[in-house]
Amino acid sequence: MTVSSTQSLTERHPLADAFPGDGVETIGNDADGHTVLAVDRSHLLEILRQLRDDDRFRCDFLSDICGVDYPDRQQRFDVVYHLANLDSGERYRVKVAVDEDDAVLPSAYGVWKAADWFEREVWDMFGVRFEGHPNLKRILTHEAFHGHPLRKDYDPGQRWLLTEKDIMTPEWAREEQLDDQHMESQVLNLGPSHPATHGTLRTVLRLEGENIVKAESEIGYLHRCFEKMSETHGWQQVIPYTDRLNYCSSMINGVGYALAVENMLGIEAPPRAQVVRVILSELSRIMDHAVCLGANLVDLGALTNFWYFFQIREEIYGLLESCAGGRLTVSYARIGGLAHDVPADFEEQVRRLLDYIPPFVADVDKLITRNRIFRDRTEGIGVLSPEEAVAWGWTGPCLRACGVPYDVRKAHPYMGYEQYEFDVPVATTGDTYARYLVRMEEIRQSLRIIRQAIDNLPGGPVITDDHHVALPPKEKVYTEMESLIWHFKLIFEGIKVPPGDAYHFTEGANGELGYYIVSDGSGTPYRIKVRPPCFALYQAYPHILEGLLVPDAIAILGSLNIIAGELDR
Amino acid sequence: MRQPDGSSSMLTTRVDAMLGWVRKNSLWPLPFGTACCAIEFMSVVSAHYDLARFGAEVVRFSPRQADLMIVAGTITDKMAPAVKRIYDQMAEPKYVISMGACACTGGFYRAYHVVQGVDEFIPVDVYVPGCPPTPEALMHGIIKLQEMIQNGETKYDRLKHPEPDRTASAG
Ligand code: SF4
Repeated sequence: MTVSSTQSLTERHPLADAFPGDGVETIGNDADGHTVLAVDRSHLLEILRQLRDDDRFRCDFLSDICGVDYPDRQQRFDVVYHLANLDSGERYRVKVAVDEDDAVLPSAYGVWKAADWFEREVWDMFGVRFEGHPNLKRILTHEAFHGHPLRKDYDPGQRWLLTEKDIMTPEWAREEQLDDQHMESQVLNLGPSHPATHGTLRTVLRLEGENIVKAESEIGYLHRCFEKMSETHGWQQVIPYTDRLNYCSSMINGVGYALAVENMLGIEAPPRAQVVRVILSELSRIMDHAVCLGANLVDLGALTNFWYFFQIREEIYGLLESCAGGRLTVSYARIGGLAHDVPADFEEQVRRLLDYIPPFVADVDKLITRNRIFRDRTEGIGVLSPEEAVAWGWTGPCLRACGVPYDVRKAHPYMGYEQYEFDVPVATTGDTYARYLVRMEEIRQSLRIIRQAIDNLPGGPVITDDHHVALPPKEKVYTEMESLIWHFKLIFEGIKVPPGDAYHFTEGANGELGYYIVSDGSGTPYRIKVRPPCFALYQAYPHILEGLLVPDAIAILGSLNIIAGELDR
Repeated sequence: MRQPDGSSSMLTTRVDAMLGWVRKNSLWPLPFGTACCAIEFMSVVSAHYDLARFGAEVVRFSPRQADLMIVAGTITDKMAPAVKRIYDQMAEPKYVISMGACACTGGFYRAYHVVQGVDEFIPVDVYVPGCPPTPEALMHGIIKLQEMIQNGETKYDRLKHPEPDRTASAG
């Protein structure tokens, strides 16, 4: 099956003059206003450089690289780069096609450091090699894996077993090293099962005394094949899978996905659904920050705060459970709105939470913000400059802690965020302490948004009445022929998303959560690529560590809030 | 416990019963939490649900200090050797609770990188269904395990005494 791009690619695009050579095959805009360029492989690197350096573009930010497989096409794979200029908000998508027999591209690592892990993922999933990449090996699947699982001809159930003898140790960790005093330096394997690595993260460190001289992170211990699974399910059925990406704030993921698909369908959820989505998303953001801060503080030895923060979560769970039926994995969003309306006492419950949460936050504030021990352990630790943070593809609270005020809710408002008054907290120092401060303040700002939203909660339906997308009400199905037909068609054929591709992004709890969706017009997604904010955050982690101590490594890891479900998908 | 001549006595069964009673009320869990279920496990040990009420709140991350492994979350093929290694490092007697659909059967991830149930490579005593199981469900699982320990029905007991001849030992 071939998917053709639906963008209206004009011959004389205003930016066409910027590329005088024959490197750019087509240039145009998609429905969201993103500039789409199809590029010839031989000129890829030079065009990417131009996009970064030319004043007309200034794409300082690489948000994602992904592959798409079209087995019937002569040039089988597309590799898609998503770029942005964070100041102007302009978005660019660069596509380059490669043959299966000669699937090689130049690495963009020299242009944006963020390309590091994204390119490794494309290699792992599709088998496209990147020449000049410093460490091109599998990233999500394990060492004994064969084949490239996101190729369309890879059987989703085909497993390969890993035994202990195949487990990876980086090259450099195997060689013995002697320092000047002829003392051997030591290799420490932190994780994957270590209380401070939260279950599934592994970092190999080379230590001299307690100083970290080299570090490498290994991920994929929770690679649950989200993207392959979504290709084998219907559009609505993907929602439960999205919940399990960042499971600390599952509502945000589901809403982000629903918005991305709605965007392709050209529909909007009714106003009531939008406001409920905002309220529950912001509550989820609070939950996410609470678990991040709580866990970070436990790792630093401050257990009490964890119980305080968890109590907030318990209360929010109560609300989510009464709305959706599930505490953690809510699956409440639907394409076109919400699964069903909120309970009758929703407003009351939200107002109660608005009063309930602040004292807990204030308690933690009192215990921690000016706590000498905490500040000594976090101030000046794990510093990243704003330029570096952008180059690594950082977004969200961690980027704002470095001083870059980029928040999708402000820069590209969606779901009515432009109506709410809230501030984007920014710190300047870019260290672990700054990340703590930014998250604390974001909890307060989220409360502010919720307060405004609940004051203006409109009535009306919570799901669109477009029956190409949403099931008609049950009473009508039993009484009207037409509704019955809609019901059958939707159940058997699924939602028909028009063919084409689009990238839609929202502000997740950890930063820019993007969905790049390719549809072929059938009832199942052709390709869904998630741009997980953690992935970009975590790839910088081993580089930050060099020169620090092991206890710093723990403090920094907690402050980045790496959620394995989202990191490994 | 058996006498050198192969017979068992009144006294030793009482020791068994007492050991079972002691063990069931002082479970030290090692949470092998990898994913969403681990977050629900955190709920169970937090103030609201408070696992201490069942004597199982001493969460230990070292396998040497724990006797109950709670596998909470999806186990991938990449993670499997680590789970096995940690299970092997635990001192006996040891028990396993598999928490959540993923740990029990792979859940809705019938996929190329996911173990279709941890009982592929470690013995599981109690399976707690749910995605994620509610805290109450996990507590129910722990109580179930306590009963099994008391009655000598866990995988560990069965592997140790392949044919538990309970009537004979009671007499
Ligand atoms: S059973 Fe469900 S909640 Fe638990 S780890 Fe699996 S997907 Fe997550």
